[in-house]
Amino acid sequence: MSDADTQKAATPRLTNAPAMTQDEYNRAYRDMLLIRRFEERTGQLYGMGLIGGFCHLYIGQEAVVVGVQMALKQGDKIVTSYRDHGHMLAAGMEARGVMAELTGRATGYSRGKGGSMHMFSKKEHFYGGHGIVGAQVSIGAGLAFSNKYRGTDEVAVAYMGDGASNQGQVYESFNLAALQKLPCIFVIENNQYGMGTSAARSSASHALYRNGEPWGIPGKQVDGMDVVAVRDAARIAVEHCRGGHGPYLLEMSTYRYRGHSMSDPAKYRTREEVEQMRREHDAIERVRKALLELGVSEQTLKATDDEIKALVADAAEFAQSSPEPDPAELWTDILVEA
Amino acid sequence: MSTQVLMPALSPTMTEGKLARWLKKVGDVVSAGDVIAEIETDKATMEVEAVDEGTLARILVAEGTDGVAVNAPIAVLTADGERDAGGDAPAAAAMPKVAAEGSGMKEIADRASEAKTPELARTVPEKDWGETRSVTVREALRDAMALEMRADDDVFLMGEEVAEYQGAYKISQGLLAEFGDRRVIDTPITEHGFTGLAVGAALTGLKPIVEFMTFNFAMQAIDQIINSAAKTLYMSGGQMGCPIVFRGPNGAASRVGAQHSQCYASWYAHVPGLKVVAPYSSADALGLLRASIRDPNPIIFLENEILYGQSFECPTDPDFVLPIGKAKIEREGSHVTIVAFSIMVGVALKAAEILAQDGIEAEVINLRSLRPLDTATVVESVKKTSRLVTVEEGWPFAGIGAEVAMQIIEHAFDWLDAPPTRVHGLDVPLPYAANLEKLALPQPDWVVDAVRKLV
Repeated sequence: MSDADTQKAATPRLTNAPAMTQDEYNRAYRDMLLIRRFEERTGQLYGMGLIGGFCHLYIGQEAVVVGVQMALKQGDKIVTSYRDHGHMLAAGMEARGVMAELTGRATGYSRGKGGSMHMFSKKEHFYGGHGIVGAQVSIGAGLAFSNKYRGTDEVAVAYMGDGASNQGQVYESFNLAALQKLPCIFVIENNQYGMGTSAARSSASHALYRNGEPWGIPGKQVDGMDVVAVRDAARIAVEHCRGGHGPYLLEMSTYRYRGHSMSDPAKYRTREEVEQMRREHDAIERVRKALLELGVSEQTLKATDDEIKALVADAAEFAQSSPEPDPAELWTDILVEA
Repeated sequence: MSTQVLMPALSPTMTEGKLARWLKKVGDVVSAGDVIAEIETDKATMEVEAVDEGTLARILVAEGTDGVAVNAPIAVLTADGERDAGGDAPAAAAMPKVAAEGSGMKEIADRASEAKTPELARTVPEKDWGETRSVTVREALRDAMALEMRADDDVFLMGEEVAEYQGAYKISQGLLAEFGDRRVIDTPITEHGFTGLAVGAALTGLKPIVEFMTFNFAMQAIDQIINSAAKTLYMSGGQMGCPIVFRGPNGAASRVGAQHSQCYASWYAHVPGLKVVAPYSSADALGLLRASIRDPNPIIFLENEILYGQSFECPTDPDFVLPIGKAKIEREGSHVTIVAFSIMVGVALKAAEILAQDGIEAEVINLRSLRPLDTATVVESVKKTSRLVTVEEGWPFAGIGAEVAMQIIEHAFDWLDAPPTRVHGLDVPLPYAANLEKLALPQPDWVVDAVRKLV
């Protein structure tokens, strides 16, 4: 392992990496906008009391999950923590089913028994949605183990926040994944705050992408507000994993605009800091500009905006009008009947 | 079209709050994401962001107002160029169609709980598997894994020292040679990590057997066992099961001190979503481990180090398997029912021999499985004997004995002639000194004394 294996990307764009085509920009724009509008609506429904408990919004971080997803193929497995709505939408899960789970209805992905932090989809190879910080990382190593055991060329992506990156089992998983050369991409979404504690106050390491170095895991720091940079870095990681070279670590520098959860007043940072990120680094604005530069008209973008708005409105309507789970659901799915 | 801005709930427990401050005034244009007001919840001062865009047409609740109910309209937005119609009707949040009425929900819960009470029909006698041979518990466990691994490529074994070292207690002897390092996997000493890894593999449909060198070390990994393995099926609405076996020695060994001598039976038996199995004999070990590996659920398989070297008669039939959830009557009797599991079955059987010399016939039940618990077999026995003694190596408080006794009080109270009695390990961390250790763990004469007080 040489230092050259871990790179702090001086510029987000990689040399010789192809820029996105207009179609790809369109997809990125659409997918990121869907997450943004979905999460805004989620916040609204939470405010109306239709969503309960803990609810963690992904607003601001959309480029990370959308960019990574653009480097994956069907069958690649995904697991993440509790800030998971964006990951599910990016993985191809339906907005209706996700929103209906948020409102605790029978038509939700977990039939109302999981909630915001616990949704799964076998069909889209999405393995949750985990509420215990860091637990998803060893599970992600297990998903990668399964790929290798079965001799497929699929990879697994295990997302975690900067807060989770300090958990002991994360490093146990790095060691296991490196020892067994598991095709696992560990993605640290460094949104700068683990709940109310800044990364600087919780990690003695200020270069999280280097946290896999002792195990020879190559790492790369990426501008997580730039979907092109994210997609390009993810492609390198995916190629590394598919090639049987073991795990890869990506640190995405990103930012969440909202509080840690709905009930977080976010007093640990200034409004100016948030406003500046929104104004100067917004991932969706960036892609919107790129599309306009490519000659896409405002009307075309407006059509996409309207389409997404309608899709989210439909999901919200579905989530509010669907029935709650039948009380008999209390007693189902505790054990698989052999 | 005008849109009402409603007082938001901004914590899981908030029902009303104070509208502290308006940050926008009538006539201001707002877009989605703009902070329009500050409210005080039961926990903190929070910002209210606009979800819709438009012009702030009216403010319905003045700043400084206390006790504003969640979902009360606080302002009206109009889309650009539109006039505020002035309507006051609140946009009521859509209510669920099948709101669970309190009573209806309780009825269902009661009904389901009834369905879980033991069937009091006579339990089916155990199938006769024919010819037997003498094997150690160690060999039986190894054979169970080898047989199931031959039958199903999805089954693999992982743990510390399971491959090249052949098992810390030599349970996996020969498995690496037969199945190779793809399926018999040495792990670093990293229970939390490899347990999580195995759970992840199981969620994809593989069937891991995770060996803990002892269950004491599984405490490092108990979050993955309970929060991930046991709960995912439920949390996923039945989409994603976790077919996995966690096995290894449980309970006291011999003079290894407090941190290495603990019974975890009641810890795991407490958890819905797990099955907990505790074999005593070689036949139990072979039949129950095979069933556990085939079972599509997470299984806690509690072995006992002292039993590993003991030999028992075991069926030779290659199809031999035992059902999980069925207790075994090891010895029939009519005066008292002694319920035990794992190594304590041996203690109970010794006590029964001593009691028989005095003409007291004890019925000894080997539970085999703690969750599900075969309450029916115990109830049936107590209806015959009218007396219950439970024996366990673990601590008494909230233990398996407490649960068995409660089941009997619920289901066979009228048949009891004496209070149920528990024999158990003393309520202390297990000491090291030979004499103290012996004083802390149940001996046959403790059981004999307990029975004599009842009959």
